Amino acid sequence: FSLSLLKYYQVKQNGFTASPQCSNENIFNHNALILFQLFINNEWHDAVSGKTFPTINPTTGEIICHVAEADRADVEKAVKAAQNAFKLGSPWRRMDASHRGLLLSRLADAIERDAAYLAELETLDNGKPYAVSYSVDIPNVVKCLRYYAGWADKWEGKTIPIDGNFFCYTRHEPIGVCGQIIPWNFPLLMQAWKLGPALATGNTVVMKVAEQTPLTALYVASLIKEVGFPEGVVNILSGMGPTAGAAIASHMDIDKVAFTGSTEVGHLIQQASGSSNLKKVTLELGGKSPNIILSDANLEDAVEQSHFALFFNQGQCCCAGSRTFVQADIYDEFVERSVVRANRRVVGNPFDLKTEQGPQIDEEQFNKILGYIGSGKREGAKLMCGGGVAADKGYFIQPTVFGNVQDNMTIAQEEIFGPVMQILKFETLEEVVSRANDTKYGLAAAVFTKDIDKAHYVSNTLRAGTVWVNCYDVFGAQAPFGGYKASGNGRELGEYGLDNYTEVKTVKRSEWCINYMYMYVMHHGKTRNMSS
Amino acid sequence: MRSSSVGHLAINPGRSLKSQSQICWKNPTDAGKSTTDPPHPHTHTYIHAHTHTTHTHTHIGMTSSKIEMPGEVKSDPAALMASLQLMPAPVPNPEIKYTKIFINNEWQDSVSGKVFPTYNPATGEQIIEVQEADKADVDKAVQAARLAFSLGSVWRTMDASERGRLLSKLADLVERDSVYLATIESLNSGKPFLPTLFVDLQGTIKTLRYFAGYADKIHGSTIPMDGQFLTFTRYEPIGVCGQIIPWNFPLMMTAWKLGPALACGNTIVLKPAEQTPLTCLYIAALIKEAGFPPGVVNILPGFGPTAGAAMAAHKGIDKVAFTGSTEVGKVIQETAGKTNLKRVTLELGGKSPNIIFADSDLDLAVEQAHQGVFFNAGQCCTAGSRIYVEEPIYDEFVKRSVERAKRKIVGSPFDPTTEQGPQISREQQNRVLEFVQSGISEGAKLECGGKALGLKGFYVEPTVFSNVTDDMRIAREEIFGPVQQIMKFKTIEEVIERANNSDYGLAAAVFTNDINKAITVSTAMQAGTVWINCYNAMSSQCPFGGYKMSGNGRELGEIGLKEYSEVKTITMKMVTKNS
Repeated sequence: FSLSLLKYYQVKQNGFTASPQCSNENIFNHNALILFQLFINNEWHDAVSGKTFPTINPTTGEIICHVAEADRADVEKAVKAAQNAFKLGSPWRRMDASHRGLLLSRLADAIERDAAYLAELETLDNGKPYAVSYSVDIPNVVKCLRYYAGWADKWEGKTIPIDGNFFCYTRHEPIGVCGQIIPWNFPLLMQAWKLGPALATGNTVVMKVAEQTPLTALYVASLIKEVGFPEGVVNILSGMGPTAGAAIASHMDIDKVAFTGSTEVGHLIQQASGSSNLKKVTLELGGKSPNIILSDANLEDAVEQSHFALFFNQGQCCCAGSRTFVQADIYDEFVERSVVRANRRVVGNPFDLKTEQGPQIDEEQFNKILGYIGSGKREGAKLMCGGGVAADKGYFIQPTVFGNVQDNMTIAQEEIFGPVMQILKFETLEEVVSRANDTKYGLAAAVFTKDIDKAHYVSNTLRAGTVWVNCYDVFGAQAPFGGYKASGNGRELGEYGLDNYTEVKTVKRSEWCINYMYMYVMHHGKTRNMSS
Repeated sequence: MRSSSVGHLAINPGRSLKSQSQICWKNPTDAGKSTTDPPHPHTHTYIHAHTHTTHTHTHIGMTSSKIEMPGEVKSDPAALMASLQLMPAPVPNPEIKYTKIFINNEWQDSVSGKVFPTYNPATGEQIIEVQEADKADVDKAVQAARLAFSLGSVWRTMDASERGRLLSKLADLVERDSVYLATIESLNSGKPFLPTLFVDLQGTIKTLRYFAGYADKIHGSTIPMDGQFLTFTRYEPIGVCGQIIPWNFPLMMTAWKLGPALACGNTIVLKPAEQTPLTCLYIAALIKEAGFPPGVVNILPGFGPTAGAAMAAHKGIDKVAFTGSTEVGKVIQETAGKTNLKRVTLELGGKSPNIIFADSDLDLAVEQAHQGVFFNAGQCCTAGSRIYVEEPIYDEFVKRSVERAKRKIVGSPFDPTTEQGPQISREQQNRVLEFVQSGISEGAKLECGGKALGLKGFYVEPTVFSNVTDDMRIAREEIFGPVQQIMKFKTIEEVIERANNSDYGLAAAVFTNDINKAITVSTAMQAGTVWINCYNAMSSQCPFGGYKMSGNGRELGEIGLKEYSEVKTITMKMVTKNS
């Protein structure tokens, strides 16, 4: 045991107390070093370069700690480990599929056991309200891992009645070494979305976590080791996109890369794959999702859901309902009520259980959002509330609502990724569908109406990977999620999520005996069920 | 033995067996050679035994084709030996806590006040008395199950993933108590303790986990139907399921039945076999501990003609699943026809052919054919009880099979060296011996065995018949005992026809190194499962069930879920349509 591990196990024995009054000290007095290093081959490593970078508490703007900064050389080490773990005859390749499932299930159990600690750490590093990390992020992480645990031994190939004298079947085989690059808005949940299907199908993983939020992922690394995943199956690197991320995307020995983040970087990933080894690419990118409120909708419900659709997670959701289209006859009332709701939103210390909205993730995002608010005002949208900074330290922004937004404004076209709501007016169904689809994105959409025909019409015609009817941001590990158009490539979650981590092998075997069997049957005429 | 509802039993774990005057025969049919096999020092015997058991499991493993060790797999011999030292021993003097009827998560006495004894087949002695469910108790249980299934109930409104979670917890609890459960299973069914722990318990745990994972993956589909419609299907639970299980794998059959039924969201009235109610009742306690809502699972120990018949005929039961004899299977199907057309799935008897070609690996074929018929004292519906051997190797095969059968260690289930325990009951023992007599009188050649063994308990010697012809009773009827029939064949066409010439169609096997023969035979067999160069290789992922009179429907695998689902097609009018 290294010193860090020893500390870690001592902490395990003493146990954590779930206190929402978290400070840097009581988190890191416990298991300091383990959280700061790169996880390769079930061991903790400093970066080859010796470099570290600071991770910031967005509530205060202060440094929490310094974390090892992975670069190309560390990616190289991690890929070697992952390749080794994926070698023919390795424990991981020889393991029963059901046992892979059991390990994933044990990982879910371990995360559930340490839920309070992980939620604290997530809130500290990300700024999302503790009440949300504890009751939304962590339970969904656990459920996602359990869901894919169950798939491990159910991902079946087929036998295929091919023409001619051949016996044909398919095997679902893992792709190999998968690079996975995850964002900072749901650090733990995105990690589970990536690990679940990749491990259930038997791949090995080199994961780069967002430089803004490396801490919980590294803690999960220790749990991965604890529950007994073989060495090298999961390797977790903290580092920056342009260095470590780019090294993953262009690595010749990585067989697949899965990226969740901005559309801009998504383009780079796909290009890097093309210019290197044509690794398989799945992308889950940005959005500018339309949320369509018809005049027959339950208004109170629609206002609340639309508020939630945009402001959840400080507006930092790829599927945020950031174009709220409201039918003309209820437009004014909807805007008025939405402003009332936004003004009621509790912004503050994320460890306060009453807090609905914490800080934005970092200074860069904070400034970017303020810039978008400025452009909205400049381009003629009507600022109904908010629009400014909400605290004298940290990266807090007031809940902001714009009325009279036009489709051609920047705030109606680009992803703001902040607590800024755009409300647009429409007259007819055909018009709103056409305007809603007039975007390069296609991640999600929603429609609020009591009319079943209108609900069908809108949900069938929107170009989006997910459509919610009379609800928003409803997720389940069972239901696939992903984007049309520039919002991504492939689907995560559900059975579909397994496709992205599978190579299908078709085996065809020459079979003279089938012919022989026909002759036999014609001769004897007795044998039943020949073809089965 | 006592008849109180709670009793303590004296179990003698392996180490102390021989000093406790328990049955323990070495080479039972070859006592003259026993001088070459002196008693080992205890520790040595113990290690030897485990090695042996492990070896057995390698071949007959019901859940995996490889050795399952607690903890990590040891690859080098020294580590393997070290791990064998840690092999678990049975629980000494296990307390039997549960002997009542389990309805609505409560323990209840039978309405009639009747009890029945359950026995230790290794000694013939009574273990304890159990409450005897009858029609009135079935009525109570069905009422509880119906209530648990009513719209809006806790069970009906539960997330599918949560149902899976409960099943997964149940698996964890079975794993926690697996040594205790294996001890009771051994005690009540006579099957050797170590195989019980490594085969039956693992099979039980893995089956529950497998179906736990399926709970939220039972997908309906949306269907591109003609016209302006949205059509989708929902897989809904059938309702109250009656499940009647046999005594040969009491725990594993419980898991095979509970797993898919609960994953799909049904409620259950389950009757374990009257010979082996104890482990099933303990599972009931674990079901409650795991947190299943009251009434979801009800477990009623009782007899077939009373409780079982009441279930098959009950109008409040929507589906009945039965594993047992073909004879009773017919009665169940008939009863369903007479009453409410409840859905019926049946897993019944077999007379499975095991075809050995001259080009096969003979050592492997002999050992697998031996395990194929003798596993679980021959009490397997899949038993490979018609062994067809190609002419050129027939004599050699018979000779080696006889040698292997003579080496078989029959003894106390708690002796770690034991390969074969007693038959389940005096009735079964007599039935097996009667079959042996018919074999002799119809002209088959008794190569070894053929007699009862020991003064108490229901033991039968490992028995091998050669020169068996297809028309003999021992070649046509299910013996369900340690009796191996070896027949001769000349051509592939001939053996296919003879193998298929049976009312049964549960399983079959073929041993050959020729890939084309393997595919020809496996394609031609009228059997629900065909093994190639292996036998009894079963796993919760793979469907299992019978052609012809071996049953109806399939258990395990994804297809096992279909037997517990009603498909509902919902079609909704739409105004417009687009692709």
